Amino acid sequence: MKGFKQRVLSRSRSAHDQSPPAGSSGSSATSVQSSQSGQSGKSTNAPTGNSGSTSRSSRKDSSAKEQSSRTNSDSSRGSSGQSKPGPSAPSIVIGTPPPATTTSSVQPLQPSPTSPATYQGSPGSASPQTTVGNAVNGLSAVMHVPPPGATETMPGDLTAPRHGQRSPTFDRLKTGIPDEIGSPTRRHHSSRFEVSAKRELEKLPGFHEVPATNRQDLFFKKIEQCNVIFDFGDPSSDMKSKEIKRVALHELLDFVSTTRFTYTEQMYASVVDMFARNLFRPIPPPVNPVGDIYDPDEDEPVLEIAWPHMQVVYEFFLKFVESPDFQHSVAKAYIDHHFVQQLLELFDTEDPRERDYLKTTLHRIYGKFLNLRSFIRRCINNVFFQFIYETGRFNGVAELLEILGSIINGFALPLKDEHKIFLTRVLIPLHKAKSLSLYHPQLAYCIVQFIEKDPSLTEEVVLGLLHYWPKVNSPKEVMFLNEIEDIFEILESPEFLKIQVPLFQQLAKCVSSQHFQVAERALYLWNNEYFVALMSENVETILPIMFSALYRNARGHWNRTIHTMVCNAVKMFMELNPTLFEECAALYRETEEHADSKEEHRQLLWKQVEESAKRNATDTMVQ
Amino acid sequence: MSSVSTDELYPIAVLIDELKHDDVSLRIAAIERLSTIALALGPDRTRSELIPFLEESLDDEDEVLTVLAEQLGNFVPYIGGSQYANVLLPPLESFAGVEEPLVRDKAVESLNKIVNEMSSNQVEEYLLPLVKNLTTADWFTSKVSATGLYAAVYQKVTSQSKGGLRQLFGQLVYDDAPMVRRAAATHLTGLIPYIDAETVVADIVPFFLYLAQDDQDSVRLLTIDVLIAVSRLLGPEVVREHLLEQLKKLFADKSWRVRYMVADRFEQLALAVAAGDEMVLKTHFVPAMVRMLKDSEAEVRTVIAKQIPGFCQLVGRESVLEDILPCIEDLVNDPSQHVRAALATKISGLAPILGKDLTIKYLLPMFLQMLKDEFPEVRLNIICKLELVNNVIGIDLLSQSLLPAITQLAQDKQWRVRLAIIEYIPLLASQLGMEFFDTQLRDLCIAWLHDNVYSIRDAATENLKNLTKVFGVAWAKATIIPKVIEAGSNPNYLYRMTSCVAATTLAPVVTIDVIRDDLLPFLNNLAVDPIPNIRFSVARSYETLQRLLLEKAAEPELDSDAMVEATTPAPDEDARAREVRVADVNEIIRDIIVPNLEKLKEDEDVDVRFFANKSLQAIG
Repeated sequence: MKGFKQRVLSRSRSAHDQSPPAGSSGSSATSVQSSQSGQSGKSTNAPTGNSGSTSRSSRKDSSAKEQSSRTNSDSSRGSSGQSKPGPSAPSIVIGTPPPATTTSSVQPLQPSPTSPATYQGSPGSASPQTTVGNAVNGLSAVMHVPPPGATETMPGDLTAPRHGQRSPTFDRLKTGIPDEIGSPTRRHHSSRFEVSAKRELEKLPGFHEVPATNRQDLFFKKIEQCNVIFDFGDPSSDMKSKEIKRVALHELLDFVSTTRFTYTEQMYASVVDMFARNLFRPIPPPVNPVGDIYDPDEDEPVLEIAWPHMQVVYEFFLKFVESPDFQHSVAKAYIDHHFVQQLLELFDTEDPRERDYLKTTLHRIYGKFLNLRSFIRRCINNVFFQFIYETGRFNGVAELLEILGSIINGFALPLKDEHKIFLTRVLIPLHKAKSLSLYHPQLAYCIVQFIEKDPSLTEEVVLGLLHYWPKVNSPKEVMFLNEIEDIFEILESPEFLKIQVPLFQQLAKCVSSQHFQVAERALYLWNNEYFVALMSENVETILPIMFSALYRNARGHWNRTIHTMVCNAVKMFMELNPTLFEECAALYRETEEHADSKEEHRQLLWKQVEESAKRNATDTMVQ
Repeated sequence: MSSVSTDELYPIAVLIDELKHDDVSLRIAAIERLSTIALALGPDRTRSELIPFLEESLDDEDEVLTVLAEQLGNFVPYIGGSQYANVLLPPLESFAGVEEPLVRDKAVESLNKIVNEMSSNQVEEYLLPLVKNLTTADWFTSKVSATGLYAAVYQKVTSQSKGGLRQLFGQLVYDDAPMVRRAAATHLTGLIPYIDAETVVADIVPFFLYLAQDDQDSVRLLTIDVLIAVSRLLGPEVVREHLLEQLKKLFADKSWRVRYMVADRFEQLALAVAAGDEMVLKTHFVPAMVRMLKDSEAEVRTVIAKQIPGFCQLVGRESVLEDILPCIEDLVNDPSQHVRAALATKISGLAPILGKDLTIKYLLPMFLQMLKDEFPEVRLNIICKLELVNNVIGIDLLSQSLLPAITQLAQDKQWRVRLAIIEYIPLLASQLGMEFFDTQLRDLCIAWLHDNVYSIRDAATENLKNLTKVFGVAWAKATIIPKVIEAGSNPNYLYRMTSCVAATTLAPVVTIDVIRDDLLPFLNNLAVDPIPNIRFSVARSYETLQRLLLEKAAEPELDSDAMVEATTPAPDEDARAREVRVADVNEIIRDIIVPNLEKLKEDEDVDVRFFANKSLQAIG
């Protein structure tokens, strides 16, 4: 209920907003998002069983607020004056090769916990970022038109919904890492790196301290320092060298984001190699329960203990790729299939912070490297197939779907067959997995994107949803109903005619569900004006399907709310077409009366078949 | 009957009607009765009408298709025998390509069943094109299904077609989609036994090498079984020549999942690759074992710990002592409780390998330490496997450490842990001896009768019975039975109930005298208990006792009697003694049991009356 109200509310807010997110997709993205923030708000109010929940929940409260404020758009974040103490994930910028205009807007670095005050940028400096965000939004709106010859574009913003239930956790992390990491009771199950043998590092001069001609050399030396891998399992080991590497990473990050430089091929090689050495590793065995038993609010997320270094490596790599001097024609020798494959494997990490960076990184690579696009899509599909049909577990499904949401947004029309197959054979089967709740908002966003692009896909999508409709999992059923309503937002009347019969057969079952949340969610559709309009146009088809379900529950349902809602729905039908209603009622009574005799007849038929079967069996025996 | 027209009687019409139902369970039920419909149609019409109908008109939910795919596998008799088996293939072929794995798997299973019933010619004619279609299909689902068919088809075709099949299989091995490669790796294992050694070296070993170097660990880990299958066929020497290098890479794979798989199959691998070759074992397998015992992932250490005794049997005692034992000592202190628990189940297996002296020197300290482990499962696992150690060094050396471990487990918070230890008490008792038991463990066993959890109290009564079997009736009469009777006056009715049950459970293993003198008077007291549940339990117990008394009287000799010297009668007195006993027993039943049941029959509580009547009827 709360989520629903908030959703309407936020939609009106976003309409008033000065700069709505780019593209026509903006409003629907916002609506999906805000409905989650409503959910997360609700979960915050629920009492938590944890000890010391007061401090934790208050933290969550603020993060939920933050979340909802962020949904509106980047600009409102700035103006609302909420300063975020922790580092935010890098704001997602355009994926297409950057035009010269971006060079003017140098992005400020977000402060990170590893570099408190020493590093540039104060915690409250969100305002310059806002301008960048706006500029980006404006740009992306322009670039939504595909360049000549391109089969798809990259939209400007990864505005795809954030995962509502996970985000608060994520925000909580940002503020809560330092004290949580030290507690001895935590089950640490961080990745294991191969620690380098020689770990003694010596401090090198900063880039500004050497003449410009020596900078390339210094760049290599610093990269070399960053190739040394430390053991973070032992906090007391190599403290000095760890600090030197951290500083070196930050200097490199600073260098690529502030200095114009013509990178040599050697430099590309060393950067990619350093990224690989620091991050490519086997993902350790899972710690938290898998799938829908995983409760983002209760289960502690597993955190990488080497994160202080890993984070800066990600940031540095991102800035490097985003740099105006970055030339993908040179880099493509190093950022290849193998690289992408290994990057994708990292998405299974249990650390939500890392997945967030991975998402941005892969999105950026997808945007820059046209030659890798179809390969990346294929690899993501393979990950999904393994998830759906084989293992049922993969941590990064939501993040990958977010990337895909952005990719789909950029598909050129008419849609290629390959993309349609992707919809029917990958996205729709993703509804089957048990842990749907962990990525449903992102998935629903992708689906809606597709229908928006090509309304003729509606029939296939809805039939697909009906095919995978949950039989016993009520929370999942509610999610499906949510998605149906999302689809209704953009449903065109001729498409509705194609799906109305099977859809309403299912809705009739949902309305009769003994689980009141399912019935309630289904009956909520009657509050949707467009839904009601479509229904009244086709009442001759729909009422006969719905009649028995409504009639039976109008006579009594264990839940009073449902009972009232059903009665209202029945009243509506009665007013829409009284004669038809009477006919249906008469028909219903008749079928009720004949139900027994029909069943008898059925049994009789089977008996006869059985008898002739027996006869035949003995005949064959005789032969 | 007359209401059924002939038109409706057409069995397919019945089926069509049934498949229109809204309720999936009704549609499934209809498909499950498909054989009935086929019989009613007769084989000819089943072939010409039913199967085409199924093929065309079935676009149902996956649940229904799964059942149908399964049914078709058993359909050969209904279509007129195996010579017509090919008509079943087309629907199954299309099921093999659907998205849902359950349907696909059932379709493949059914296809394999049908292949086994077909002649070689039929397989050549119908199955080869089918396998080829699936293998070269566009979508991965068909290819995945195809991998499951090769083993069955391969056995039945000519050697010429065999070459073609191997080539086709190669396409699956080298497929782009990891799903297909995984399926190919899985089913390659089943195919290998049907290929001759030379061809395996030429054709299959390259497949293995390709898959074992796959980018995806999920593919690589499946090649371990392939390697074992290849080794079994070729023998260790040929394998070492071709595959040792690859195996070494798998030993040290970057992915823990692969190492886990290697660890899990370690003993089999060692047997298949290095059987009988000390050198290879020593230079490759022992170091690999040592590395895995020190693996960074607890999952790997857990599975390799389970391979310790099996593998140690293969290598000499020397390298066990030198290389492996030091690692095991580390594992005893492993940070992961699961590793320690796995080690605890298997470590006893080393005792027979090491012999008495070495066990005392090396293993005993580990046992003692693990008996003090903070994780109950570790202690429990050690105690469970104590028999192996006991056989080698005797229990005396351990008994002092055992006691605190047992007492602790007996009071563990987890009732399942308590339950597990109770089940081992009789075994321990027999090994520890009566004296030790009486002084140390007896009170524990009685205390369990007062546990908060019913299952524990239940197990405790069973335990008393088993202990009586071990130590004899005289012991029970002297030590246990008084305690049980004492518990019968506990103010909590649940404990009185337990006593009642305990008395009944003990009855089969004690003598008639004990029943008459101790148990029956005790039950008679409980028969007037204020709680009706106890009264009807007594009513039920009477019946059991009556039956047992008659049995005991009829039996010439009781096992437990043997323990009690005084009651051992001479053989020639046997018949007379039996008569006396039967008379005695009848007297007990007539004078004690029946009157008490008659009283209970008049009880105010309906359940008590019910059970009293029931028992009386049984007594007759």
